[in-house]
Amino acid sequence: MHLDVRIPLGLLFLLLGLILIVYGFISGPAIYVQHSLGQNVNLLWGAVFALFGAAMLAFTRRGKFGA
Amino acid sequence: MQSLHHVPLLATTGGSGMHDVILQLAGVDYLILGVYFAFVIAIGWILRKHLKTSADFFESGRSLPAWVCALGFIGANLGAQEVIGMAASGAKYGIATCHFYWLCAIPAMVFVGVFMMPFYYGSKAHSVPEYLKFRYDEKTRAFNALSFAVMTVFSSGISMHALALLLHSILGVDYGLCIAGSSLIVLIYIYTGGLTSAIYNEVLQFFLIVLGLLPLVLLGLKDIGGWNGLMAQLQGYSTAQGMPGAWSHLWANMGDTKANPMGIEWFGLVMGGGFVGSFGYWCTDFLVIQRAMAAKDMGAARRTPLLAAFPKMLFPALVILPGMLAVALLQKGAGFNLPPAADGTPNYNMVVPAMLAQYFPNGMLGIGLTALMASFMSGMAGNVTAFNTVFTYDLYQSYLHKGASDAHLVRVGRITTVVGLLISVACAYTARQYNNIMDMLQLVFAFVNAPLFGVFLLGMFWRRATGHGAFFGLLLGTLSAAVFHGLTLPAGEAVGIKGGWLGARWFFASSMAQNFWVYIFAFFGCFVGTIVISLATTPNKTDAQLRGLVYSLTEKIRDAGTKWYARPAILGLVVLAGALALNIIFW
Repeated sequence: MHLDVRIPLGLLFLLLGLILIVYGFISGPAIYVQHSLGQNVNLLWGAVFALFGAAMLAFTRRGKFGA
Repeated sequence: MQSLHHVPLLATTGGSGMHDVILQLAGVDYLILGVYFAFVIAIGWILRKHLKTSADFFESGRSLPAWVCALGFIGANLGAQEVIGMAASGAKYGIATCHFYWLCAIPAMVFVGVFMMPFYYGSKAHSVPEYLKFRYDEKTRAFNALSFAVMTVFSSGISMHALALLLHSILGVDYGLCIAGSSLIVLIYIYTGGLTSAIYNEVLQFFLIVLGLLPLVLLGLKDIGGWNGLMAQLQGYSTAQGMPGAWSHLWANMGDTKANPMGIEWFGLVMGGGFVGSFGYWCTDFLVIQRAMAAKDMGAARRTPLLAAFPKMLFPALVILPGMLAVALLQKGAGFNLPPAADGTPNYNMVVPAMLAQYFPNGMLGIGLTALMASFMSGMAGNVTAFNTVFTYDLYQSYLHKGASDAHLVRVGRITTVVGLLISVACAYTARQYNNIMDMLQLVFAFVNAPLFGVFLLGMFWRRATGHGAFFGLLLGTLSAAVFHGLTLPAGEAVGIKGGWLGARWFFASSMAQNFWVYIFAFFGCFVGTIVISLATTPNKTDAQLRGLVYSLTEKIRDAGTKWYARPAILGLVVLAGALALNIIFW
């Protein structure tokens, strides 16, 4: 049986999401004013990435791969 | 192989030696890139344990679920041209660029899933060329295998070149280092994990590109004042260009070649792009078909292109919209700039990098860059896996070493991966030397691939088509394409690789229009040629041999036991209805 692709997919997005969230917290507001119309996109989109990753991992636990 | 779409590639415009570093990376961006590459390589490493036979290496053991194959199918197509090229086209042609999706992709994807996949998957062929051997004869297969192998290594070389050129200009990274780095990463994950590794990485790449580029579009839209703001600017821009409405309408300006920036009229667009070019690519190109053939059963194989059609239908929002936004932002004078190309006009190939620099702070910038690199590598890897399979099964096992053992074939597949990448590197450097290599590849597609669909269509739906008919029909198709190309020329172009070498008699408003008409002549030359020659020759296969390969001699697949939403015909109708609705909405 193959590796379930949702495992690396979930882990990658969870990890990238967490990196973005942490960076979103420690970076000052200046870069967001300069670039992303004042929105802290790292924090916002980091949460989206992390949620997507977590959802993929949750699907892995529930469903059978290739079934 | 993604040369169907007529988009300006970096290869043709970026050779001016400019390297304005426009992205300033921070530690967090490097960390993100590093994490991604670690995952890419780890996937190949983990999958190597599961890889035992040649079927595992070349066909993923025909074991994958439909949704994974579908994302691989679309991911392999999501190469350099998709992201960089479609954004550039979005700027050059506006919303009409969506024809490459809703007209020149969706119908063909539905057709291959509903009607053709039963023969590809059901015939137990390892590859598209092998299907041609079963259906027609050895020489037709050899012709297809050889031309396909040449085109795939060229395409992967051009992907590599475009990536290196881009990274050189936006980050200042050394060209040779990019070539070496990108080919090494692709080599490692295909060498260790074979097709499964390539497909798994395509799944990752798919989500990275979608989720990585979505905020770029959202921020751009917010900046321009939403959809209405975008349309208002594009209308102003279209009028200033002397083609009112052209950038904000799909069909309204297609009645006259002078009314739209593509320089094409609806008939050439529909027949050349929507029919011949599109069906020639989606229905016969082993690069994408290989992903569907890795599916676990016939139902999954048929659903692969159909499920892939859903995201494909929505991609314009991700890859074309940035180009339209860039033009609108330039028109508005909102502080957004594009670096100039060699001729002084804005360099539209820089749309995505310039928007990344504008809207993404460090952190998201790393994600955006990772998404871009992922798109280039998926284009390369798709070509390399298709190349190693066709070379190993259709050339090596068939002509060079008959009866080779299974373990031997896996070894050959791995060596071919290395060799294929080395040839790609050579092609990348050739592309760097000669600016017109993209035109060259476009020409090979028009001469060799455009006629192909005629042979498949007749092969699958007309039992009387013969091996001689197919082979000489293909040659006739190539000949008609060449003669037509030799007699025509796009306006303002010099005689040579752009055409006119037999004396230019007819002129087209753009090379896209000329190419679409070359496709039309190639297809009909082949189609009529195959019919006439088949009728003049005796059939070389018995009905028993053609069972499972031709529609009328194959038992129909019963979908009765399948849930309604998983039935190919229903999925196909839903997708077609969606594409039709989009065409009407953005008319």
